[in-house]
Amino acid sequence: METEQSILERCDLWGCIQCGKCTGGCPMAFKTTLNIRRLIYEALIEGAVDPSGMEELWDCTTCGTCVLRCPKEVEPADMIVALRTVLVDGGVIPPTIRDALTSVFRYGNPSLMPPDERADWAEGLGVKNIADGADVLYFVGCIPSYDDRAQKVAKALVKVFQKADVDFGILGVEEKCCCNEVRRVGEEGLFEYMVEEQLELFGKYNVQRIVTTSPHCYNTFKNEYEGLDIEVRHYTQFVAELVKEGKLTFSGELDKVVTYHDPCFLGKQNDIFDEPREIIQSIPGVEFREMDRIRDRSLCCEGGGGRMWWEGTNPEDRLATSRFEEVLSVGADIMAVACPFCLLTFELAAKAGGYEERVQVLDILELVAEVI
Amino acid sequence: MVLYHRTLREHMAGTLVIGAGIAGMQAALDVADAGFKAYLVEKEPSIGGRMAQLDETFPTLDCSSCILTPKMVSVGGHPNIELLTYSEVIEVEGNAGHFEVKVRKKPRYIDVMKCTACGICAENCRLNGRIDSEFNVGMGKRGAAYVPFPQAVPLKYTIDAKRCLMIQRGKCGKSPPCRDACPADAIDFEQQEEIVELEVAAIVVATGFDPFDAHLKPEYGYGIYDNVITGLQFERLSSASGPTFGELKLNDTNIEDVVFIQCVGSRDRNLGNPYCSRVCCMYTAKQAHLVREKLPDAQISVFYTDIRAFGKGFEEFYDRVREERVRYRRGNPSEIYKRGDRLVVSAEDTLLGKPVEVEADLVVLAVGLVPREDAQAVVGLLGLSRSEDGFLKEAHAKLQPTDTEVEGIFLAGCCQGPKDIPDAVAQAKASAASAIVIMSQFTKNPASGED
Amino acid sequence: MPPKIGVYVCHCGTNIAHTVDVEEVTRAAGGLPNVAIARDYIYMCSDPGQQLIQDDIRELGLDRVVVASCSPRMHELTFRAVLRDADINPYYLQIANIREQCSWVHTERARATEKAKGVVSAAVSRACLLEPLEERDAQVTPAALVIGGGIAGMQTALTIADAGYVVHLVEKGPSIGGHVAELGRTFPTLEDVGPLLGGVIQSVETHPNIELFTNSQVVEVEGFIGNFEVKVRRGAANSREEAASDDVAGSQQGEEIRDLSVGAIVVATGFDIFDAALKPEFAYGLYDGVITGLELERLSSSSGPTGGKISVADREIRDVVFIHCVGSRDRNLGNPYCSRICCMYTAKQAHVVREKLPDARITVFYIDMRAFGKGFEEFYDRVREERVLYRRGNASEIYKRGDRLVVRAEDTLLSKPVEVEADLVVLATGLVPRSDGDQIASLLKLSRSADGFFMELHPKLRPVDTATDGVYLAGCCQSPKDIADTVAQAKAAASSALIPLSLGKVRVESVACAIDPLLCSGCGLCADACIYGALNLDERRGVMTANQVICKGCGACATACPSGAIVVKHFTLDQILAEVEAAI
Repeated sequence: METEQSILERCDLWGCIQCGKCTGGCPMAFKTTLNIRRLIYEALIEGAVDPSGMEELWDCTTCGTCVLRCPKEVEPADMIVALRTVLVDGGVIPPTIRDALTSVFRYGNPSLMPPDERADWAEGLGVKNIADGADVLYFVGCIPSYDDRAQKVAKALVKVFQKADVDFGILGVEEKCCCNEVRRVGEEGLFEYMVEEQLELFGKYNVQRIVTTSPHCYNTFKNEYEGLDIEVRHYTQFVAELVKEGKLTFSGELDKVVTYHDPCFLGKQNDIFDEPREIIQSIPGVEFREMDRIRDRSLCCEGGGGRMWWEGTNPEDRLATSRFEEVLSVGADIMAVACPFCLLTFELAAKAGGYEERVQVLDILELVAEVI
Repeated sequence: MVLYHRTLREHMAGTLVIGAGIAGMQAALDVADAGFKAYLVEKEPSIGGRMAQLDETFPTLDCSSCILTPKMVSVGGHPNIELLTYSEVIEVEGNAGHFEVKVRKKPRYIDVMKCTACGICAENCRLNGRIDSEFNVGMGKRGAAYVPFPQAVPLKYTIDAKRCLMIQRGKCGKSPPCRDACPADAIDFEQQEEIVELEVAAIVVATGFDPFDAHLKPEYGYGIYDNVITGLQFERLSSASGPTFGELKLNDTNIEDVVFIQCVGSRDRNLGNPYCSRVCCMYTAKQAHLVREKLPDAQISVFYTDIRAFGKGFEEFYDRVREERVRYRRGNPSEIYKRGDRLVVSAEDTLLGKPVEVEADLVVLAVGLVPREDAQAVVGLLGLSRSEDGFLKEAHAKLQPTDTEVEGIFLAGCCQGPKDIPDAVAQAKASAASAIVIMSQFTKNPASGED
Repeated sequence: MPPKIGVYVCHCGTNIAHTVDVEEVTRAAGGLPNVAIARDYIYMCSDPGQQLIQDDIRELGLDRVVVASCSPRMHELTFRAVLRDADINPYYLQIANIREQCSWVHTERARATEKAKGVVSAAVSRACLLEPLEERDAQVTPAALVIGGGIAGMQTALTIADAGYVVHLVEKGPSIGGHVAELGRTFPTLEDVGPLLGGVIQSVETHPNIELFTNSQVVEVEGFIGNFEVKVRRGAANSREEAASDDVAGSQQGEEIRDLSVGAIVVATGFDIFDAALKPEFAYGLYDGVITGLELERLSSSSGPTGGKISVADREIRDVVFIHCVGSRDRNLGNPYCSRICCMYTAKQAHVVREKLPDARITVFYIDMRAFGKGFEEFYDRVREERVLYRRGNASEIYKRGDRLVVRAEDTLLSKPVEVEADLVVLATGLVPRSDGDQIASLLKLSRSADGFFMELHPKLRPVDTATDGVYLAGCCQSPKDIADTVAQAKAAASSALIPLSLGKVRVESVACAIDPLLCSGCGLCADACIYGALNLDERRGVMTANQVICKGCGACATACPSGAIVVKHFTLDQILAEVEAAI
């Protein structure tokens, strides 16, 4: 494994003072053997880390807490991803993740779904294809395109766009995975390949603005697609603006107690905390209550970093479960989310923990769609 | 045997000292004790600075007020020190040996010649108990008419123009109760500011620091959780002259577990504060000791990365505090959240190599020192520069730690960089020496006709 | 007329009030004979506290004051000033120490309170018998003596000289510059120390007000603030034994004794480096690859023995290990203190090694990284970025494996013992008080702190003053510090010295002994007991006389006198016995 030797060159780790703030905030450190501080130290000492056999490396959700907290601007998560690339290059990868990657390569989505069914969810909704020209490209994302549950979110956004007279279009069957997670599981090659394809696609349709369902797509388009000269926004930013400008008005009321869970890729990593709250609080009838672990201290749902494709070394102990305890403790009926990964992982945890009768997990768009 | 005789120099230009914390006061005292004139200008209504807010000081555990107030009294009563409090320097021209300075004396709206500091105005002030006391760092209240603390020098009351209803709105009920109640008839809402012009040979800048604003570290829940406080707030809680008269009580909490967190706002490139604030390791050790004294059975933990106990007696004090069963745990906590009523501090104990959650009733954030918000104004006024860390820049890092690039202007204390009291006093004396050199060079003694 | 005493009991924040029931003590004091008023206050030394006393003096006509508070060493002078300002002789003040001698050393509140009451009662009894003493001034010789020509001594000398006074700078060695002259580059700016120091040395050598004595030592000091008479032996360097002796005749060839009169003395004698041989586990002196920080300084300097090449016996250096805290933070050795500069000088040296040996593996074993000063943390960041590996753990021993050195330590962040091979190990040795410090200490009556360095009068209020008026401290002789802090402290000492020099006069302590010529037989036993040389025989009258200014009022003479002819003013037998009787 030739790249193994250069972990220190690939990642700027020398700034580390071993303060432990990364591991102390790592949600996985509390339930697995993953200790990023120690890994960095070992890398500094040995010059190399042999990741073979380190199953816990795949536990990382790339929530970014370690990067957010580090006082010396070391990016510990970078090291995890770098070690994953080493493993991936050597073909050492949990089979389910490998399958997801293969699927992305072949079918443009990680779930082995046929590409030509990607736009089926939009049937009958009067949704334009971007090829016909539109102001905004609505980038749906793999999960909202294919997953039954998540499709409701896409449909809700369509309803919002239409109500607000937004001129939008979708890529339809040509849409492919944004590859935020692909990069994070270490498949850098596939990532770069797909980026090229995407850029060509956006160029082909002269896309000027993108709005995404998922914070993951938002993150990679905004921060990692080199050469992307397009305005990228997450739907919460877009919709909050619609509400503020009076372009989206509410006709109904939602008499519920709602709390909001900050997704890692929206909040911690991209500083978008206020817009989702603005939307929720503008819905008539809603009583908004904050949980304790919010904003910078939100607790990861365990969906990112490839965890949608792999259970982890400690699947029984779900972080999502403790989130429900918090939801219940503030007396909320609804846990509002703004990310398809959060949506699915929390729903799964609700079923596993028996919370489904007491708490509904809904995307903000679903709340909005109900009352416009 | 020849007796050398020098008369007190009447016609010599003096030294301007800007800022009357411990550094400024010490500089003024040394200049004055040597027979020269010192003008000590202080922005706040009283001298004393940050030291007046502290409880006991490390490593000797001297009570801060006990060692500070006599200096304050010396300053207040010194024949060679002209004290200009509630005043600001607004213009400086000229150069070493001959600076022309304008000082604005802000109106207190109380005639200091008549005020006896009886306190009746403050008792009667309509806003009494409604304004956060800066001295008590928001843990106590005052009124618009107030004295910052009972041992203030000068001991005179002041009316806060920004909050006073009479001054802001032109009326306070039917008639301002302070004025009605004042037995000395000292309240004067017509009082004007005064501009004082001075000529000085040298200037010492001793404007001090601000504490880091812990809101900027949202992961610690400061401002969200009542029982997460800063080190400076702890000083007020612990101090006999503080809002709880020295008892460690806060929000009706039964305090059994106390956690201290080091390096809040320091050694943090993320925040733009890459430097070390120098005093926090020691002030935390001292505070841990105070908690142990007041709460003999409490569980006390200090989360740290490096313990910087570098000065005289510091390491020995650190040894003592550990022996008092204060647990030092190496790890910089990542966040604080709540579990029921309890605070939970989430960290990795790097020496155990595992993440830990420590429950606490009280968390004290060892906030660092940052340059004052008005530092840039001082820089502009005097033609100084700032170092990369934002503090005022010395002429040479090793050989001229208290000189600036402007001849005749010197730095003392934390305005140049964080430091503890002994180092601030040393710098203050160093600046005073430099000022004395200038004054000696630029003035003549008319009595003996010699320099 | 019976005395009218005011008793003032201080809470001292909670320092006293926490353990002693100050209100109770005040009440009890109020009931004592001759006490006109008794009050308590939270900080008696503050403005309002002092005002209380002054107001009472004026309104109630008090003529004596007892302050029950902290040690007289803290505030006796403060309260004397209060009396003086109220037009009462300051010697009518009696301090009752209920802090250092009561609340700080006891824990049981009831018994501590009883004791405090007793202490106050004793003080009141004594106060009844106090007498006024005359206060006087002495002239000040407008010159200073600075002992030690390192950076501290040079800076102090320059500042005092710039202010217009003559400075005699006495340096033991053949040249000035001190330890700084041995350094290469300094942290955190990495400037070459040579040109910097050269500039300072030049200024000293050419200053019209500075008289430089090299190869010289101070051998005698007499007098008091403003009026010190000093003898300096100038000439060829003496052996250590002769230097320690009191032989002032100086019979060495080429020597002379110079007499100097000065008004102030600054001690800037510096430090010694810890002897690494005292840590046998590091095999210093045994393995040529184990050197001290200072030795590395010389090795890496272009003016050093290898022209700046880092090598040991011509061996290639691939692995360098630095070890912190050698001889410091070590209770075992009797050096519990931190030497303050080693973390930073090691970081600097690691940087220098990285510069000279770009491919070397550099490891630093540390416990806490003390990068506290301006620019220090940023420098530490930089050094780590240069691939210097900081491993937490205090190295336990060094041994050899073949021709490689092996450093054994526990890496406390891995929680495992490790062995790191090295070609060169650098021991970050700390600073210790000079081994020849006792001579100066006894000449100037300097005390030492627990760590062995010279003791300042008060760490916060008086960081450069000593218990002897007119004698000041600067630099590492007071405690370890870097160049910047040394320069600041040196100027601070200059400032303290400039106070009496500028004023031209000083107030002299009035507490001195008084000899009754009718009782004195001139036996001279008192002079034998006096260590200050204050007592002399008046041959004409056949009685002893005491120099009121030199006399410290220690009372040794009074005890020695077989005739009871000597009393110490303000500490007469009557006064002391009254105190004792009241206490028991």
